[in-house]
Amino acid sequence: MENKNIKIVLAGNPNSGKTTLFNSLTGLKQKVGNYPGITVEKKSANINIDGYKSQIIDLPGIYSLYSKSIDEKVAQDVICNSFDNDYADVVVVIADASNLRRSIFLLTQIIDLKIPVVLALNMIDVASKKGVIINIDQLSSDLGIKVVAINARKSRGLSKLTHAIISEKIDESKKSKSILNVKDVFGKIIDQVNDIRGVKNDYASFLSLCGYDMSNSIKQKIEISVLSKKNDVIIERIQAKETVRRYKNIDKIISNSVKNIEPKGKYKITQIIDDILIHPVLGYVVFLSILFLMFQAVFQWSSYPMDLIDLFFTNASIWVSNTLPPGVFNDLIVNGILAGIGGIVIFVPQIAFLFAFIAFLEDTGYMARVSFLTDRLLKVVGLNGRSIIPLLSGAACAVPAIMSARTISSWKERIITIMVTPLMSCSARLPVYTLIISMIIPEEMYFGVFNLQGLVLMSFYLLGFVAAILIAFILKFIIKTNEKSFFIMEMPSYKIPDWKTVIYTIIEKVKIFLFDAGKIIIAISVVLWLLSSYGPSENFKEIENKYQGIEGSSGLIASEKLEFSYAGIIGKTIEPVIKPLGFDWKIGISLITSFAAREVFVGTMSTIYSVGDDDIISIRDRLKNEKNKETGEAFFTPAVGISLMLFYAFAMQCMSTIAIVYRETNSIKWPLIQFLYLTILAYLSSFFAFQLLS
Amino acid sequence: MRNLSQLPLFVKAKIGKINDRDLEQKLLEMGCTPDEEITVIRKAPFKGPIAIMVSSYMLSIRYRDACVIDIVEYGK
Repeated sequence: MENKNIKIVLAGNPNSGKTTLFNSLTGLKQKVGNYPGITVEKKSANINIDGYKSQIIDLPGIYSLYSKSIDEKVAQDVICNSFDNDYADVVVVIADASNLRRSIFLLTQIIDLKIPVVLALNMIDVASKKGVIINIDQLSSDLGIKVVAINARKSRGLSKLTHAIISEKIDESKKSKSILNVKDVFGKIIDQVNDIRGVKNDYASFLSLCGYDMSNSIKQKIEISVLSKKNDVIIERIQAKETVRRYKNIDKIISNSVKNIEPKGKYKITQIIDDILIHPVLGYVVFLSILFLMFQAVFQWSSYPMDLIDLFFTNASIWVSNTLPPGVFNDLIVNGILAGIGGIVIFVPQIAFLFAFIAFLEDTGYMARVSFLTDRLLKVVGLNGRSIIPLLSGAACAVPAIMSARTISSWKERIITIMVTPLMSCSARLPVYTLIISMIIPEEMYFGVFNLQGLVLMSFYLLGFVAAILIAFILKFIIKTNEKSFFIMEMPSYKIPDWKTVIYTIIEKVKIFLFDAGKIIIAISVVLWLLSSYGPSENFKEIENKYQGIEGSSGLIASEKLEFSYAGIIGKTIEPVIKPLGFDWKIGISLITSFAAREVFVGTMSTIYSVGDDDIISIRDRLKNEKNKETGEAFFTPAVGISLMLFYAFAMQCMSTIAIVYRETNSIKWPLIQFLYLTILAYLSSFFAFQLLS
Repeated sequence: MRNLSQLPLFVKAKIGKINDRDLEQKLLEMGCTPDEEITVIRKAPFKGPIAIMVSSYMLSIRYRDACVIDIVEYGK
């Protein structure tokens, strides 16, 4: 019977429209997961093409099969290693028609591996308007493969493309055409590798000789490396030679089938915009203004949906607690699970809006300019122009931010980026800051425009960024590497962003946050609920007896129970340690409960002070009345408030970040170092702030 | 013989030898092959990255890396 399953892999350069094509082909059916064992994001979707069950996989953008970063390694494995789970039946290479020369380099490598491949020529209509005339039939016969003109954004030519893919799959005939015959260049050593591998595939043998895994067994790899040593093969040299020769052949093919390879005026508008956007002075002014507007908008716009989400969960809690019979189960649902889910979902609007901005800016081509502008500064502190996206994303949520550090090919720069990203003030810190600022900072206006509370809030955001830069600078001297770092980045011409791409990015990032971070937060919420609902049983009975028959005492019972629960006991145990920071055992409990996630702080404070609801104003008023037992004065002095905010600014109170750093670095060492340095930093800065201010 | 960092803005030149193997491979596969035409079109301040036009697209590289790329100037 004919096999009706087909695996299709999309490969292509960054900025070639690969993701747009993937979105157009698959729509909302796409799933974002991870490649097994490693942490590179894998986007795939199952769709039906002409009765074929097709799995489409979107690979990270690559320029060649000579992989360097982990992203590129994954792409190379999927294409070259027949033992890989995702090894394709057909590879689709997407190429930007106005950038053909560079785009088909990767394609010709795949052709030479004798892998079934189809070329999707993107934006050919745009290129032809700029005078680039491509003879598709000629190109197709010179390359020996099917070539289909598409426009991924406008979803044009897609059915032609899918038909071509299917017919490529059915057509099992072995291809004989090579773009570059490596045996002509490197001679008999290719045959020797063929013998070791037991397959006659010259180009696969050449890549094996360059040290890539291909489908080789360990024994074959050893034999190849022995052969390579014996012949004094210098990998970089043979790769460079091969690349130059390959480009010569590509240039021949292109001169045969393309008229005017140079698109007319392609960068004309881009140059005019760049005169402002990467101007040595104006460029930075524009960037800072965009940042300012972005954060203003994110906080303003997200406050409405956040209020709605809050209202929804409050009502849902009331409904559940009234509907279900009272008892442990009711309490677990309301205070454990619902509170946990509510605490996560509330951040979705902020994260969605911030990533909407970042995806928008990235899709226009502006983010590459931001990297261009900031690389100089970031290089000094051991980072890279590409670190700017993780750092900015960190203002929404560190989890997707840390994942986006993968595009940094230098190991050292990537590790430093990961290590400092949690210092950026994420959305979970905002409720904590808002609560404390509203308590200790008067609502004054300066010069009629600057709100003092707003200024303090902004300075804490700035503090996070400055701390990130300083710590990066220190890490630069601690982390050792022999690897040289590069910053080679294409500056795409500006374009109007594709809304589909922006929307899918938002959905993807929100999903990562909800499911990756969410799972952990809910699990911890349940554990915390256990710790704060149970305690040594005799204490709990006493409390219940004490208040028996007294009406309206449920709030008092709850707060007193919390005091004698396991969480309370821990809070009291750590009080001596946190006393020099100005904190008492009540804050101690909140520190412990917010270890899972910072935002839990507000909820815990409201329970401890038996406020009854999570409304910030009512908690604030209650906290303002709290007296210091020793002095009899207000407990929440500015010193305590600033100390507490500093602690939240620096401490690693986020289980999900720890988990993601572990996954991304594949070692326990980095999350551990990160946790330790952030805790020490938090403790010391709170300590000095409190001691100096009080 | 001059290197790329010394090339004035908007002056056309040809790519010569790239004196760093890792950098050479990265640039080669992106189409910066010997004798390709190259123009510097932007320079970030304080020896920050430079933007070049090569093989009909725009690429940015670090100043330090531009120093190891030899160029052959036209005319003179």
